Formats: sequence, structure tokens, C-alpha cells
Amino acid sequence: MTVTTTPRPFPLNRYRVQAILGRVAVHAVLSLVGLTCLIPLILVVSISLSDEIRLAKEGYQLLPVGLTTFAYEYILQEPGQILRSYAVTAFVTAAGTIAGLLVCSLLAWPLARKDFRLRGPLSFYVFFTLLFNGGMVPFYILVTRYLGLKDNIFILILPYLVTAWYVLIIRTSFSQLPTELLDAARIDGAGEWRIFFQIVVPLSKPVLATIGLFFVLRYWNDWFLALLFIDDSSMYPLQYLLYVLMANINIMAANPQTTGMPIPTLSARMAMAVLAFGPALFTFLLLQKYFVRGITIGGLKG
Amino acid sequence: MINKKQLDGQASPSPKPRHSKQPASTPERFLHRLFGNERELKTNLSLLSMSLPGIVLLFIFAYLPMLGIVIAFKDYRFNLGILGSEWVGFQNFRFLFGTDAAFRITRNTLLMNLLFISTTTVCALTVAILMNEAYRSRLSKYYQTMLFFPYFISWVIVSYFVFAFLNGQTGMINRWIDALNLDRIAWYRSPEYWPAILVLANLWNGIGFSSIIYLAGILGISPELFEAAKIDGAGKLQQIRYVTLPMLYPMIIILALLAIGRIFHADFGLFFFLPRDNPLLYSTTDVIDTFVYRSLVELGEISMAAAAGFYQSFVGFLLVVGANWVVRRVNEDYALY
Repeated sequence: MTVTTTPRPFPLNRYRVQAILGRVAVHAVLSLVGLTCLIPLILVVSISLSDEIRLAKEGYQLLPVGLTTFAYEYILQEPGQILRSYAVTAFVTAAGTIAGLLVCSLLAWPLARKDFRLRGPLSFYVFFTLLFNGGMVPFYILVTRYLGLKDNIFILILPYLVTAWYVLIIRTSFSQLPTELLDAARIDGAGEWRIFFQIVVPLSKPVLATIGLFFVLRYWNDWFLALLFIDDSSMYPLQYLLYVLMANINIMAANPQTTGMPIPTLSARMAMAVLAFGPALFTFLLLQKYFVRGITIGGLKG
Repeated sequence: MINKKQLDGQASPSPKPRHSKQPASTPERFLHRLFGNERELKTNLSLLSMSLPGIVLLFIFAYLPMLGIVIAFKDYRFNLGILGSEWVGFQNFRFLFGTDAAFRITRNTLLMNLLFISTTTVCALTVAILMNEAYRSRLSKYYQTMLFFPYFISWVIVSYFVFAFLNGQTGMINRWIDALNLDRIAWYRSPEYWPAILVLANLWNGIGFSSIIYLAGILGISPELFEAAKIDGAGKLQQIRYVTLPMLYPMIIILALLAIGRIFHADFGLFFFLPRDNPLLYSTTDVIDTFVYRSLVELGEISMAAAAGFYQSFVGFLLVVGANWVVRRVNEDYALY
């Protein structure tokens, strides 16, 4: 886009035309890429709203064929397993986020304190886990054989509570707190625990909110721990339930409850997926700007 | 990327402990030696007690598995446990590297990760530059949402999306192929297409995240540089070529290096759920992580899994340390430690 002629005092000179064309091109490319990203979402929602018989005949289409909510009605007729899985995921997410925030920030605060004598060794202890890990095999054996936490709901929570990366971000934020305030509290005779809960935590709400959201996302979307350690279907979290349904496609067709009705396996499977990600995705999108802030501080400057 | 100073715990000056009172018993004297006078001791013990839950959890879920890595050198028997099982030296490794699988999973892990790193860097950078041009527009918010939402969707759900596209009978792509009067493709039986499918899925999932990081980098460039370029007669493309990209180079290199440090670790969910653990696709989709999982949980070949896991942890560690060493030479502020 080299400018070869000198700009003339006309409102529509060559330079301006190029600028406008450039801006149009930018918007065109961005909306094209953005809409392409949306296609999978549209496809799955359309399938879930399609008529089963026409789906089998016409295949999956980007727009619903024979608009119907039958698949949803079918699933919600017998919502036992979905509700259970929702409850498991909700419990794990809530408990994990609260406990994780507590443990991580309690660990981050001493690491932010210059007068803590064990700061160096403890920093190493925490951050070495970012560099090296034992991998899946010893972890699996430890949990199943030595801790005996197989098919225990707490195994879905405990391993993620301390995440070195989150500790690091919280610590950076803590170390930027004004020391005058803390000194003043200390002179007034406040103990370390009191200073933490009454001064440090309230002053650090933004970073704790961001890390809290990362915890929510992590627990809500987790299938890994369930894949390794949960066999009891009453403890399936949502994501793992979806995996099981995908792996055993016939599980739905085998449901004897709907004799005489066409069993909507094609659309019901996608309806299941929509029910699983819909509400969470909506919530996360509402809170998007906090995630963006977290990525920016986490990605750029620790 | 973490500022080096943040991790540098030792830097704090430790003033000589001032003993206000001579401690009596030996353990007490030790505590005072470690933590200083009465007041400092109290502070330090409070801080230590705060970090205790975290220390214990890390010990159980991070450090015990690190020690447990020795099972790669043992013939693990469930009834004997890790300590009781017999040492077998490098036998598990000879067993692992005697199979074709060892080469296959190493190649797939490295090549796929290289493809992921290069495609994500190029595409995210392009998107970030475009987003920067559209930054003042009201539409930019919508672009960001459309690009970012896949980040919130787990690989399990993505496997439903991919299934909707590629399923042999009813999948959308095969119906399009029908419409063009071509032969249908059995996607779930044709390993040759999967590198491309996985690259697209990975790009779709990660482009929003990465472009946000690059956009933040671009917004951090001093506007004076662009002003100066404009006065010198640079058009938009020249500004990108001569200002934006050179200013982003350190960041691009460092993010790529850190990703290369993780190149021995594949994204398990992506490689496990999307190809639906299909043996027909293993030649292009089996990576170290899926191999370890399958050997461990599905096949019960614990020795094999442990050897592959050790191989991954060990080489992965060397790569992280190496990458970090290079990053530190490029720019100390961005090094992991």
C-alpha cells in the first residue's frame, strides 16, 4: 500500500480510498474468521433441533431440518443421569474453586513476603512442579493403591487445588500491595492471619476473581480425573458423562423406555452436548473480560 | 512468562537476627537461628502455617508421583506395591523401544506439536494485527467473542462437533461431498486426514487465547513509533512490516520457545477424544500421552506405560530447562526462572 502520489486536499483522494478499502478488508477477514469459528456451534445446535427421520435421510445440515424440540423432550423425560452429573459437576466446581482459591492465596502470601525466611526454598518447592512432573503412571498408582481415592468424589477436587501457575499470578499481585497499610495494621497489633483475611484478601479482589474464574473453568470442563478414577456412574461429572455417551453410542438406543417412539439417537446426542455446554458457555461469555484480563497478566508479565 | 525477579526468592536481604532473649532449649534455639528474634519467629511461623495446606497438597499430588517415577525401573506388581516390586534396570525401556510404537508416538508428538506451534503463531499474529486495526470499532468486541468462545469448550464437546462434521453416514462434510457427486470419505478410517483435522481443531480452540496475548503485546508498543513511521510516509502495511513485527519479535520467539519446551507433552484430550481412540487412526493420532493412558488403564501394561511416562518426563524436563536457558539469553525478563 505504498503511497506514490502526494495527498491532495480532496476529501476522496487515493490515500483515503486505500485507507477505507483497507479497513473494509480488515473487517471482512475478521468477520469471516469469526463466523467460521461459529460454524461447529451452529451445526450442533441445528442437529439437536432437527427431526430424527429426516436427519437419517438427509444427513447433518447447517440449518435444522424439520424444526422440533423432540430430542430435548426425550432427554428430559428421564433426566436422572444428567441431573446427577450436573449436581456432581456443580459441587466439584464450587468446592474446588473456593478451596483452591483459599489454598493458593494462602500459599502465595508468604511467597510475596520479603521478611519470610523460607521464601527462597518454598518458591523453589512450588515452582519446580512447573518444570517436572511424575506423569500419569505414578499418579494413577498413588491414588488408586495408596490413597484409596478411586470412586471418591474428592479425587475430582484435590489434585487441582494447588496450581503453581495460579500461585505465581496471585503472588505477583500480592507483592504489589502497599506495605504502609500492612505496617499500620501490624502496629495496631493485628496477627498475620488477621492481616491476610482483613486486608490482603479484600484488597486483592480483582486477581482473586480472575483466578477464581480460571478454577471454575478448569473444574467445570474437567474429564481427566473422572476418566482415571471414577467408575461409579452416580459420580460421573458432566464432561465425563458426555464422553461415555460418545464412546457407547448405543447406550441411548438401548433405553427401553420409549418403545413405539422413534429413538432420537442422532439428534439426542447433540442435544445432550448442547445441554452440557450451553449454560456454562453463556456464563463464561458474560464474564469474558475477566478471562481476557487474566490471560493478559498471566501471559505477559507473570 | 514470568519475571525473573518474581521467582528470585533469595534476593531479599536477611538481617542478622537480633536476639532479644536468650532461648533455652535446643529446638527453640534452632528456631531462633532460623527465624530471628521472638517477633520475627512468630511472624514466620504464622506464614509457614498459612502455606502448610499448599505444601502438603503439593507433596502428595506432585512430589510423591515424582518419586514414584522409579517404577519405570521396576517390574511393578500391584500386590507388592512400588517399594516391594523388583528392580529390573532398563528392561522396561528395552521392551518399549523394541516396539514400533515408541517411534510412532515420538514422531507424532513432535510433529503435531510443531504444526500446532507454527500454525497458531502465524494465525494468532495475523488475527491480532487485524484486531488492532479494528480496535476502535464497536464490532471488535464481537470479533473477540467469536474467536474466544472455543476456549471455553472442552475437548469432549469438541469431539461431538467433529463427529457432526465427519461421521461417515450423516456427517455434514460427506453430505457436501455427495452434493458434488464425489466419493464419500471414511474419515474415521483414514489416518492420512487426521493431522489436518487436529491442526484445525487446535487452531479453532486456541486462536482466541493466543491472539489476545499478541494483541496485548501490540497495544503495548509505544504509539510514538507508529507516529514517527507515519511521518516518514509509511503506509499501514509498512508500519506492520517495520514497526509492529520487529517490536513483537522477542515475544514471538519467547512464546515459541516456551511452547517448544512443552513439545514432548501432547494435549491428551485433543488426541484422545477427537479420533475417538480408534486403532485405525493410531498411525497419525497416537501420541505419548494417549499411549501411556492406553497401556496403563486399558491394557494394564504398567511397565510399558511407566517406561513411556519416564521417557516423556525426562526428555520433557531437559527441553524445558534448555528452552528456558535460551529464553534467558534472549531476554531475562521472560525466563521461567
